[in-house]
Amino acid sequence: MKTLLSYSFSSLATHMHNWLKNVITNDLLLTVTELVIIGVCLLVFLILLAFFLGYMERKVAAFMELRLGPNRVGPKGTLQIVADTVKLLFKEGFTPDAADKFLFNLAPGIIITTALLAVAPIAYAKGFQLWDINIGVLYISSVSSMAVIGILMAGWSSSNKYSLIGAMRCGAQIVSYELSIGLSLISIVVLTGSLSLNDIVESQANGWWIFKGHIPVLISFVIFVVASTAEINRAPFDLVEADQELTGGFNTEYAGMKFAMFLMAEYINLFVVSAVAATIFLGGWMPFHIGGLTGFNHIMDYIPSSIWFFSKTLFIIFIIMQFRWTFPRLRIDQLLNLEWKYLLPISMVNVLLVTLMAIMGWHF
Amino acid sequence: MLLGEEDHFNEEGEFVINIGPQHPSTHGVLRLKVWLDGETIKKVEPHLGYIHRSIEKMSESFSYRQFGYITSRMDYLSAHMNNQACALVVEKALQVEVPARAQVIRIILCELSRLSSHLLWFASAGLDLGGVTPFFYAFREREAINSIMEETCGARLTQNFMVPGGIITDLQPDFQKRIKEVLKQFKDNYHEYNEILIGNVIFQNRMKDVGVLTREDAIALGCTGPVARASGLSCDIRKHYPYDGYEKIQFDEVILTGGDSWARCEVRMAEMLQSVHIIEQLIDNIPEGDIVAKTKNVIKLPKGEFYQRVETARGELGVYIVSDGGSTPYRCKYRSPNFSNLMAIPHISKGHKIGDLIAIMATIDLIIPDIDR
Repeated sequence: MKTLLSYSFSSLATHMHNWLKNVITNDLLLTVTELVIIGVCLLVFLILLAFFLGYMERKVAAFMELRLGPNRVGPKGTLQIVADTVKLLFKEGFTPDAADKFLFNLAPGIIITTALLAVAPIAYAKGFQLWDINIGVLYISSVSSMAVIGILMAGWSSSNKYSLIGAMRCGAQIVSYELSIGLSLISIVVLTGSLSLNDIVESQANGWWIFKGHIPVLISFVIFVVASTAEINRAPFDLVEADQELTGGFNTEYAGMKFAMFLMAEYINLFVVSAVAATIFLGGWMPFHIGGLTGFNHIMDYIPSSIWFFSKTLFIIFIIMQFRWTFPRLRIDQLLNLEWKYLLPISMVNVLLVTLMAIMGWHF
Repeated sequence: MLLGEEDHFNEEGEFVINIGPQHPSTHGVLRLKVWLDGETIKKVEPHLGYIHRSIEKMSESFSYRQFGYITSRMDYLSAHMNNQACALVVEKALQVEVPARAQVIRIILCELSRLSSHLLWFASAGLDLGGVTPFFYAFREREAINSIMEETCGARLTQNFMVPGGIITDLQPDFQKRIKEVLKQFKDNYHEYNEILIGNVIFQNRMKDVGVLTREDAIALGCTGPVARASGLSCDIRKHYPYDGYEKIQFDEVILTGGDSWARCEVRMAEMLQSVHIIEQLIDNIPEGDIVAKTKNVIKLPKGEFYQRVETARGELGVYIVSDGGSTPYRCKYRSPNFSNLMAIPHISKGHKIGDLIAIMATIDLIIPDIDR
């Protein structure tokens, strides 16, 4: 039992590495093989995750909208999303005549790449992290903000007026909300003194920051969830797509797999922001610990760390999904007012409060 | 040809886009040509005619029994009221007395379809503002009303039930019971509408002070119905020119003075309750007797001009018939509420954002086939 509790995925990785080292002697080949294995595993995981989130979104929506949701294809409709993907695969990848063809075809790639890049430093379980980069928080926020380039590119190159308005809105929206996200992340960075996601998780061993950090951290958490909903263009901040206004916004002209890539990027981004929120504020894979209560903490350790991580992430995903099916959309000026007049000043004051708290050691 | 070249902008550098004829929130084939400065609307120009079916011209070759049926394709959500208007104009010309039973059933069905129409407005208003959930909430009740319509009239949407002299068939036996069930269901669920959409702070911010239509403009543009009543104009035909026994029924004409989209929402929300109130008064008091007055097999209207107006869910519908004494109308003209209400859009959406135009269209509650006819 003792070994199971202290089990870490890093030992599995070490075993794999040692085995491969025996089989493949060439160092370069070894590295390449390992990278390919990791890449394939990650892609399969993310595609399955996007499928799952698509299914979950439909079921959550159906649950909120007094209907059943998908229930025909596969058991309980689980394969509906697979059927839809197959449909999208066989659709013609149409490029409009007036579009800038190179940029038009490049844009979905850029969007999906930025979504995939942001997954790298996330710690899924104890010792299970692809890349323990020492500036993890900075890395995620900088990589995810690159998505704006892809959306602008898609909107501009489509040569569609609706798409152009959507892209214009996207520029204003993502750049604005980036600030609030950054500031709310900084509040935790100030408290832990590290930008590494692993260190941030470790620092929550005797209580998650949302409990340890009093009201200021709670405020940053709320701001982070709101601003990241805007950052990934989900309702009520989906002005970039705005079906009813812009008939789909930046992705109006896309069809088939190119459209599916936008969809997949949306779900991966949803997962990334939720995972970051879970890691930064809710302790990531760290079980629910209360400082001092060793017995209680020990019982909590029996639940595997990956279950902790995924249940926290799914909880935040569930909240963000509920936003989408509850609220109507904001108007563009209301959206910018919310950021520049409310969220940003509050986050600035909040960072000062957190800094004061960190200096004085008022947190638990 | 990428965007940014001159042909996408006019001489003043305004960005010109076409909202419609195929667009998710025009609820049909309305085309609005919009001149934009960034996100701000400089000018809106409606282009009509995409669903023109020459209903008025067709009516000239239909008999007076037939010409009403096609009107359920005009404002398809107020099919009963349109039919009623056609029946009433013939009755007025022939000076036929409609049996009391037929009158009461007419009012019940009209108010039921008004309720169902306002429910659809609620559903699509939510949808236009990006909230999908309200749609399903409203359709839950609308579905129940539609099944009653189906059982009573044989059609769920384009009902044809009112004929010159009365109604076409008698009611099915559990009509009263089912209507009471629907009303109870509606009243039990009414608070959910306020919770999911009307009470939502984002919805209220999107609606308040958007698209203000003053009372003077409402009169000048010929707006009627909830749109004009939200601007403080008392224009309910049921009150001012009662027909089919509306004078005996107690109900309030909902009048608000805001004139903005929010007032239009509130008027419709309150009118739903008024419709329920009207049906409740009548549902237990349907008199026995004939359902249709005796008329000649081939109806011939006396020579002259006849006009009858009714209050549909969207405002005043007028039917103008010129008769040369024959069995078909010499000329038929409908004064449709949506056409006049549409003309408010270019006027009130100036200076607002694109999202506001959608919100204004949602609260004006247009039915496009009624505009073009």
